[in-house]
Amino acid sequence: MAPVSLKKLVKRYGALEVVHGIDLEVKDREFIALVGPSGCGKSTTLRMIAGLEDVSGGTIEIGDNVVNDLPPRARNISMVFQSYALYPHMTVGENMGFSLKIAGRPPEEIKEKVADAAAILDLSHLLERRPSQLSGGQRQRVAMGRAIVRRPDVFLFDEPLSNLDAKLRTQVRTEIKKLHARMQATMIYVTHDQVEAMTLSDRIVIMRDGHIEQIGTPEDVFKRPLTKFVAGFIGSPPMNMDDVTVDGGKLVFATGATLPIPPKFRQRLTTGQKVTFGLRPDDFYPTGHGLNSGDAEAVAELQLPVSITEPLGNETLVFVGFNGRDWVSRMLNPRPLPSGQTIKMSFDLLQAHLFDLTTGKSLVA
Amino acid sequence: MKLSRLSAPVLLLFPAFLVLAAVVVVPLALSFYSSFTPFRLTKPESLYVFIGLRNYMTVVSSSDFWVAFGRTVLFLTIALNAEMLLGLGLALLVSKAVRGQRLLRTMMMFPMMFSPVLVGFQFKFLFNDNIGLINNGLQALGLTDQAIPWLINGNLALFSITVAEVWSSTSVFAILILAGLLAMPRDPIEAAHVDGCTPLQTFRYIIWPYLMPFAFIAMTIRSLDVARAYDIVKIMTDGGPAKRTELLWTLVGRTAYGDARMGLANAMAYFAIVLSILFTVYFFRKLAAARQQIGAEW
Repeated sequence: MAPVSLKKLVKRYGALEVVHGIDLEVKDREFIALVGPSGCGKSTTLRMIAGLEDVSGGTIEIGDNVVNDLPPRARNISMVFQSYALYPHMTVGENMGFSLKIAGRPPEEIKEKVADAAAILDLSHLLERRPSQLSGGQRQRVAMGRAIVRRPDVFLFDEPLSNLDAKLRTQVRTEIKKLHARMQATMIYVTHDQVEAMTLSDRIVIMRDGHIEQIGTPEDVFKRPLTKFVAGFIGSPPMNMDDVTVDGGKLVFATGATLPIPPKFRQRLTTGQKVTFGLRPDDFYPTGHGLNSGDAEAVAELQLPVSITEPLGNETLVFVGFNGRDWVSRMLNPRPLPSGQTIKMSFDLLQAHLFDLTTGKSLVA
Repeated sequence: MKLSRLSAPVLLLFPAFLVLAAVVVVPLALSFYSSFTPFRLTKPESLYVFIGLRNYMTVVSSSDFWVAFGRTVLFLTIALNAEMLLGLGLALLVSKAVRGQRLLRTMMMFPMMFSPVLVGFQFKFLFNDNIGLINNGLQALGLTDQAIPWLINGNLALFSITVAEVWSSTSVFAILILAGLLAMPRDPIEAAHVDGCTPLQTFRYIIWPYLMPFAFIAMTIRSLDVARAYDIVKIMTDGGPAKRTELLWTLVGRTAYGDARMGLANAMAYFAIVLSILFTVYFFRKLAAARQQIGAEW
């Protein structure tokens, strides 16, 4: 069990710098998710922590040791790979016990620890099988078993669920969460799936182009995104965003539609200023079919045409035409809405976000 | 028409059958039959005398044959193992090359492009005790002032032939093992590093099991090749000195064409073929086991 600390960590491939001096303090026993789109440097960062990539600059500490120049085997870490990376010529049991065998542990101890791990992951009946005889979900559980048998200081997960189908993904996700509770270990989890990041982690690190955009709890990054990128990346369906110009007490959209300035921003804006306005689908709903955040005065209402609807059972996603394109809204207690019908929509402006047009930074921060 | 009564598939395959029969089945049957006759090229009528298994009895009781047989097995074993080790080393080195790997791969195949007869001549020159490059080099380096009789001393001659054979065919192993290395997924290797393996342990437990099928494919191909090793030996020593480098096929060739005892030679040849088949079956079994080991999906 150990904290992990990245200080000014840099990765270069020749002249190309892909991780630009990031700082991150992972607390002991914390579950941290690194998320971001492909190519944002999250996997590279994880592989540097694992020792599978050389560090071009800065330091990585695990516990109290700088591990920059230690090979992976000396870092006391375990890693779960996207492709499972099982040893095809070994049985499930041998796969799980391999690290102990290499470490020269006695066979009885290996057997016992493998049996323990297999029991946790419900693999006991599969120990004699080979990886090629297992399903994807079983293989990923074996990979996790291999990781926990060693009792490492730090667990690293590199998109472990990406190769699984949707149903299995939810199932294995729950198992990872249980595993964290049981193992009491530091875990660093790389994913491009924000749902995995939100559901699993204590804190989320959102990366983009080799920089960290924001570090925060799932609630933080959802409710208080520091940048336009984070606001757009976290949340599904994504936040509705459009550029607006401030004119007196109003925000004017490109097509001329207007909304009042949300109360908390009133002091900060000057006429003529251009900003990006963002509103989550949860805070934009057919009037009477959503939850406002308490201040009725902060709710603006407009008549807007329905373009299409996506019923999900307990709720319906309603796409309405606004400012020349479709804004998505979440309709609770849904009722059927024919396309083309004009309905009254509520904008809960207390929950609105404004971002600087050039820097993309949130105006609240 | 009589032919038109045959069904279309048979009719269409007929030319192919005919060609196969002419070039494979008939010669095979003929050679098999002749191994039961005292057939000599100089006495054609001897082809019609049936002597049963007498040729085979002669072969089995001939010490010359068994010495050549044993030498062939020894030669095969040494050559294949040396080729495998060298080929593995070569493949591992080339796979590490960051730049110019294509060029290296192509260069690695050069020896395969030469006819074995040429290789034989080349090594015959290299190992020549008077004018050969090897003695010249050894003497120039001051390692010896003798003219080492590479092709004249019996033991050295077999060694020299092995060197030539290994030189010309190591690339078969190198290419196939390199193919295995390049096709190998990276993840299990990385997982092994994380699991605590040193580079040597990674090779021993992860990489080698994965490469084994490729090595056995090469073994299978080469065991067929070496078991009919003839050209290099024929050129370099012609089985000499004093039959010290006589392998099965040079013995068969000498018996058939030197002594003109075709019937006897054919009997020997069938022994040689059985030897080849045994080696091939053995390596094929190993290959199947190794493939199953790594759960190969091919």
